[in-house]
Amino acid sequence: MGIAWFVVLSAFIFCIGAAGVLTRRNPLVILLCLELMLNAGNLALIAFARASGNGDGQVFALIVMVVAACEVVIGLGLIVAMYRRKLPIDADQMSELRG
Amino acid sequence: MLLEQILFFVAAGGAIAGALGVVVLRNPFFSVLALVGHLLALAVLFLLLRAEFLAAAQIVVYAGAVMVLYVFVVAYVGGIEEPLGSSAGPLRVLGPVFAAALLVEVAIATVGSGLRAVDSTGPDVAAGFGSPQAIGNLLMLRFLIAFEMASYLLLVAAVAAVVLAQRRRGLEEAGGERFSQVGRRPERGPQAEDPAAAGTGSPGASPVTEREPADGTGPAEREPATAGTSASREG
Repeated sequence: MGIAWFVVLSAFIFCIGAAGVLTRRNPLVILLCLELMLNAGNLALIAFARASGNGDGQVFALIVMVVAACEVVIGLGLIVAMYRRKLPIDADQMSELRG
Repeated sequence: MLLEQILFFVAAGGAIAGALGVVVLRNPFFSVLALVGHLLALAVLFLLLRAEFLAAAQIVVYAGAVMVLYVFVVAYVGGIEEPLGSSAGPLRVLGPVFAAALLVEVAIATVGSGLRAVDSTGPDVAAGFGSPQAIGNLLMLRFLIAFEMASYLLLVAAVAAVVLAQRRRGLEEAGGERFSQVGRRPERGPQAEDPAAAGTGSPGASPVTEREPADGTGPAEREPATAGTSASREG
């Protein structure tokens, strides 16, 4: 199986995720689409690691997973804080830094 | 070889279907489920790329732990069904336009370059290529600083999550109290003689009773539970 197939697939998934971030309004779904984009990047990293034959890219993908987990925790914490303060769970209406 | 190709196309189809499901489905809960399917398909692709440890980590950490976190938050906030697309204004048009432009751009980049540099199956690798031992060796020998920074980042994120999700008294009173008074005034009358209910909105209330104004559900059905906890606390 050629490496190029994996790279093209990761580009497709990245585009789908980016389209979700650009078009959806629910912050939860935006976070999910960010996960899609990060996973597409992971797939490309691992494909390139396979193409070059050493494991550096896999370590890089592992670190990306750690960063993604941190991002999820912060993002979900923000959503819970928004919900507690009865702010609308809608990215279009959250246009000010000051709640 | 044939089996590998079949597996690739099945997993790639599953990954794309899951990704489309995340974007298209209206209920956030189904979006999370679609993402779980997507992650499982990606784990199969990782296995095809000889990254066994990462495939296992993907399933255990991502599809297991992180998605459970998502499900909890979706259940807490409530699955808000929203119409697809932006509410109004230029965002409604510009969002899909930018998404299509990005797709065209990436398609040009991938198809135009022909991916000549990577159009191979990769070199033959040793048996333990993506095994936990190989990854551990790399993490401990070559990427020790990145490893330590990752653990530090996780610590910072955990502390930040606690700080973000806790109830801050000053902010809750400034924001939440105002909202709660608008919504609660009429329903407060019949329960005014209840000492626990009367102390709900006062600034000196305990954190347990403080929870009341910030909740999204109706105060009437929550009142007995609050009264019980307050009574046990005072008594």
